[in-house]
Amino acid sequence: MKPNTLGAALLGTTLAATGATAQDVTLTIESWRNDDLAIWQDQIIPAFEADNPGIKLRFTPSAPAEYNAVLNSKLDAGSAGDLITCRPFDASLALYEAGHLADLSDLSAMGDFPDVAKSAWQTDDGSATFCVPMASVIHGFIYNADAFAELGLEEPETVDEFFAVLDAIKEDGGYIPMAMGTNDQWEAATMGYNNIGPNYWKGEEGRKALIAGEQSLTDEPWVAPFRQLARWNEYLGFGYEAQTYPDSQNLFTLGRAAIYPAGSWEISGFNTQADFAMGAFPPPVPEAGQECHISDHTDIALGLNAASPNAEAARTFLNWVGSAEFASLYANALPGFFPLSSHDVQLEDPLAQEFVSWRQECASTIRSTYQILSRGTPNLENETWNASAQVIRGAESPEDAAARLQDGLASWYEPQQ
Amino acid sequence: MSERRPVRWHIVVFLAPAVIVYTAVMILPLFATLRLALFAEVEQTRVFVGLDNFRTLFGDPRWSASFWNALGNNFWFFAIHMAVQNPIGIALAAILSSPRLRFAHLYRSAIFVPTILSFVIVGFAWKLILSPIWGIAPNMLDAIGLQKLYAPWLGLESTSLTTLALISVWQFVGIPMMLIYAALLSIPDEILEAGECDGITGLSAFWKIKLPLILPSIGIISILTFVGNFNAFDLIYSAQGALAGPNFATDILGTFMYRTFFGFQLQLGDPHMGSAIATAMFGIILIGVCIYLFGIQTRLRRYQF
Repeated sequence: MKPNTLGAALLGTTLAATGATAQDVTLTIESWRNDDLAIWQDQIIPAFEADNPGIKLRFTPSAPAEYNAVLNSKLDAGSAGDLITCRPFDASLALYEAGHLADLSDLSAMGDFPDVAKSAWQTDDGSATFCVPMASVIHGFIYNADAFAELGLEEPETVDEFFAVLDAIKEDGGYIPMAMGTNDQWEAATMGYNNIGPNYWKGEEGRKALIAGEQSLTDEPWVAPFRQLARWNEYLGFGYEAQTYPDSQNLFTLGRAAIYPAGSWEISGFNTQADFAMGAFPPPVPEAGQECHISDHTDIALGLNAASPNAEAARTFLNWVGSAEFASLYANALPGFFPLSSHDVQLEDPLAQEFVSWRQECASTIRSTYQILSRGTPNLENETWNASAQVIRGAESPEDAAARLQDGLASWYEPQQ
Repeated sequence: MSERRPVRWHIVVFLAPAVIVYTAVMILPLFATLRLALFAEVEQTRVFVGLDNFRTLFGDPRWSASFWNALGNNFWFFAIHMAVQNPIGIALAAILSSPRLRFAHLYRSAIFVPTILSFVIVGFAWKLILSPIWGIAPNMLDAIGLQKLYAPWLGLESTSLTTLALISVWQFVGIPMMLIYAALLSIPDEILEAGECDGITGLSAFWKIKLPLILPSIGIISILTFVGNFNAFDLIYSAQGALAGPNFATDILGTFMYRTFFGFQLQLGDPHMGSAIATAMFGIILIGVCIYLFGIQTRLRRYQF
């Protein structure tokens, strides 16, 4: 009798489960953006479900640091959600090549994206696009505008002005000139090297030359950013070696530091935390009058799990993700994540407007280490974290760090050999 | 003719749950990992490559540099535990077992409590305590006029590993204390009294009578520390992240294996190389345990009371 009861109970739950899906298709979204949970649940999902009865959405994020590992295990086990949030470049390309992501080239919404926006989620020859681009992030410096007014400082435009401003803040002594630590390493590379670097290697020009093997990491344009980073440590707070990323954020939003090397994703957090006026300036150029370059990094996209049983519904949703409605909803709910589609989107947040206005003045590029160059072992991006942190700590000279990166890259990347 | 011995089914039945569970969750995964280390992924398919992964791990200058760095750090981590945790544990146990000590129960519990805390809590709490910005460590040193001694210990290459090892010692010092404490309590009073008649009292009673009698327990503690330290991962990961900064100064075999197996940031995971490292870890621990079992334990003299 006992086994029968158990069997009946199991059968009952199976029936109940299929009963629920028979009416509505529920799409599950895998993501690393657990900070966005409220925005998805309160704004994005209701907006989509109102227009598309019969399709329900579930947003199930995991922790950013674990996302890639968790997602890969889930895909291999066949338990991943229908929609996959795509990291840019090789992480997603590997998923596509392993057959986990479906080809979305024929999706009608794809026509609304410029080629550079799609480049992060395409095969090397550009023949297949497998994720719908959602947003990019722009690098620059956010500053405490009240502190600048108090000390009579202006936004620096050149590197010399930048260090003059830092010296003035240090002289005054009331603020830590710059909030950054080397404990977590990635800020040194992402908000340091790849923030200020494009002005030296001339954005796309240098990045493509590096990929083609025409320039090397030991060339002056690639060593110069390290030279600037090596000067930063005088302006960081006491004990910056053990300062973590959240420490830096808090130092700035508590008003104890004047300048924060930033990515635009900080905007919404800083808006709620800081009670002073904030401004932003793009990375200063080495020589006055030079053309400026910004890192406008394609960061996040949405793809379709090739094994999803609800592909039709998922495609409907992905088309909506490429629409003007989604772009405006997402960009304004998450100021600092800028839409990549060619739709004209109005941003309301002043700081976000400031960041996005640089697209008009400066040439955009993406982080130098992301496309192709981080495909092998040692991984250039991860090595750059270590090298940038080492240079800021003064533990390695800019030239040695660059030479080490070049050796590592040349050890597996043919065009650099 | 005597009746045939009945098959003693109850032995099989009683052993089965433990054997099945242990095989399923320990033995099979262990051999699966050892097997995985002999394969590699080429063009999306898994191919058998024999010992190639180990050749890469020990032969390639980059891989082997990371491996030897992690192994060296691991030995330092273990050395600090042996030099600090176990002597303090023994001393605490000796003090606690003194009949004249008041509030012994309170001390015993207080010292043991960190052992049951999660690594994540310990890592996070100590990171805050030692933080140059919000931590109480700089302020406390300031209060006694020693602020010059403060440094951002967790962020410096020279001190971070030792700091983390000492945090781990703080967390786990309760374990050797408890084991030695139990061993000390089991020493019969007659032996100590006999010693007293011969004029051996106080400290010399500890060195000459108690210590030789608890040596087997110290051996067990050493091997537990060895296995625990070479499997360590959690504390480093929760305090320094998978890159085990600064500049891999706190990288131990566990974090090296994790980073390789599951990947990190743009580095994709490589389960095959990861398994090769796991296999090397298994080998190191196996050798260590064998040295103890055959080299030390068999020579330890045991006393039956």
